[in-house]
Amino acid sequence: MSDTTLDGLAVQLRRDILEMLYRCQSGHPGGSLSVLEILMALYYKTMKTDPSNPRWEDRDRLVLSKGHGCPALYAILANKGFYPREDLWNLRQLGSHLQGHPDMTKTPGVDANTGSLGQGASIAVGMALAAKHKKASYRVFAVLGDGELQEGQIWEASMSAAHYKLDNLTFILDHNGLQIDGTNDEVMGLGNVMDKFAAFGFQCFDVDGHDRDAIAAALAAPVSGKPKFVRCRTVKGRGVSFMEGNAGWHGKPMNAQEFEAAMKELGGQQNG
Amino acid sequence: MAESKSLRVAYGEALAELGAVNDKVVVLDADLAHATMTSLFQAKHPDRFFNFGLAEANMMGAAAGMSHSGLIPFASTFALFGTGRAYEQIRNSIAYVSANVKFGLSHSGLSVGEDGGSHQSIEDIALMRVMPNMTIFVPCDSAETRKAVFAAVEIDGPVYIRVARPVVETFTGPDTPFVPGRANLLREGKDICIVATGLMVKEALTAAESIAGRGIQAAVLNVHTIKPFDSAAVLAAANRCGAVVSVEEHSVIGGLGSAVAEVLAGKSAAKFCRLGIQDRFGQSGKPADLFKAYGLTPAHIEEACLKLLGK
Repeated sequence: MSDTTLDGLAVQLRRDILEMLYRCQSGHPGGSLSVLEILMALYYKTMKTDPSNPRWEDRDRLVLSKGHGCPALYAILANKGFYPREDLWNLRQLGSHLQGHPDMTKTPGVDANTGSLGQGASIAVGMALAAKHKKASYRVFAVLGDGELQEGQIWEASMSAAHYKLDNLTFILDHNGLQIDGTNDEVMGLGNVMDKFAAFGFQCFDVDGHDRDAIAAALAAPVSGKPKFVRCRTVKGRGVSFMEGNAGWHGKPMNAQEFEAAMKELGGQQNG
Repeated sequence: MAESKSLRVAYGEALAELGAVNDKVVVLDADLAHATMTSLFQAKHPDRFFNFGLAEANMMGAAAGMSHSGLIPFASTFALFGTGRAYEQIRNSIAYVSANVKFGLSHSGLSVGEDGGSHQSIEDIALMRVMPNMTIFVPCDSAETRKAVFAAVEIDGPVYIRVARPVVETFTGPDTPFVPGRANLLREGKDICIVATGLMVKEALTAAESIAGRGIQAAVLNVHTIKPFDSAAVLAAANRCGAVVSVEEHSVIGGLGSAVAEVLAGKSAAKFCRLGIQDRFGQSGKPADLFKAYGLTPAHIEEACLKLLGK
């Protein structure tokens, strides 16, 4: 897809995310908007997937370890054709295949259950280790939140990724600097994440997390014998001015006026 | 004289044997391979053995990821660190998706012995029993441990095998049935039924033998599968005998005794009492001394039966 087309798609996907969240009056707008370009770089520029065969054995795997960002993933999977776009409007409703956090047993195209933070990193390690063991060529990508790095399991997983030389594994950090109770620095400072992952044995890349080409280039850069870490500098709530950089929009529903203002600011096609 | 063997050795041997016939089986351990005896698998199948170091949470999550990719992981550590420290990883990464992960966790119960209360898991059955999709095997000797391993791999979903450390007599045979979810009636008896699991099954048989000298016929039911629980067998035994004693090397809260109580409540008028660890932690000591101190010997079982029967 051309970049112009992807620019238009990004607007449309942001509209879808906001409408999903507005309709169900729950969910996480801030982190869904910050992670969008990361997921677009994965699904439109990097990963091998087959919407007609979601469990294709040789597909690349995506573990959205920051599972609360799933509205962005759901919007993309619908756009890719894993299921109809109308399904999005049932997010978080009883009986919907679109759960509040990703569920591989319910949603076509979802590769792992996540949402309990820290656990996706280990699941991704297991998938990458299995690929090495089976001599399969697929790659595994885990998207982590920055608050999530406070979970000890992330560092257990990182240690094992380097130990087993998982160069088919990439950890991608959606580094928007905010978590529920405030900034990372206020809640529990992360220190220098680039240095930390480098010290754990990763090949590290640092990119603008809203630049799809820069993200895709980092994802494509060859590494050998070590796992890859891509820090994506992002803005929480990206695209909606009153949400941008505001921790309060981590998990707050929009009222009618806010929804209208957000959609007006995004522009693009009317949803239907 | 019957053979004696540790259940953990039987677990490691069974894994090595299983690995030879099923190349999807991989084994994970958390720096305890020479204690859980997964080292026996490692020696035979080094390319399918993965040490995760002292990181149980990551090991359980990685096991889930490996199962999503078509492998059949057996993850091992001590029962306490598997079911306790990695509880929520088992819950959300494994049971919630019914991932095809098995965990044989050793050093369960008081019989860990000298290492003491910090290492004696008295609550692991309770923790695993409340999880949907979980199957729980508690083998009573080495022969049953082997059967549990081979049965686990036939089940598509998570299976917890509770493995004990001590060397004990192998009193069941290769032909003793092991059908998951089906309790084994090892001894007939009309007066009282002793429902036991794990190492307590042999103690129950010894107690039944002894109490027969007093003219009391005690049945012994081996509940090797705690989940799915054989409610029908327990209820039938209770109604046949009119009295039930449960015995387990585990807290009386949440384990076998609770499972029996849940079955009997509202459905049976049988008298009932639970033997096990009475809501307290373990401590250091020789396993035999601990069983005495915590009321888990044949003499204690016999005494409980007599009391329940008013004799």
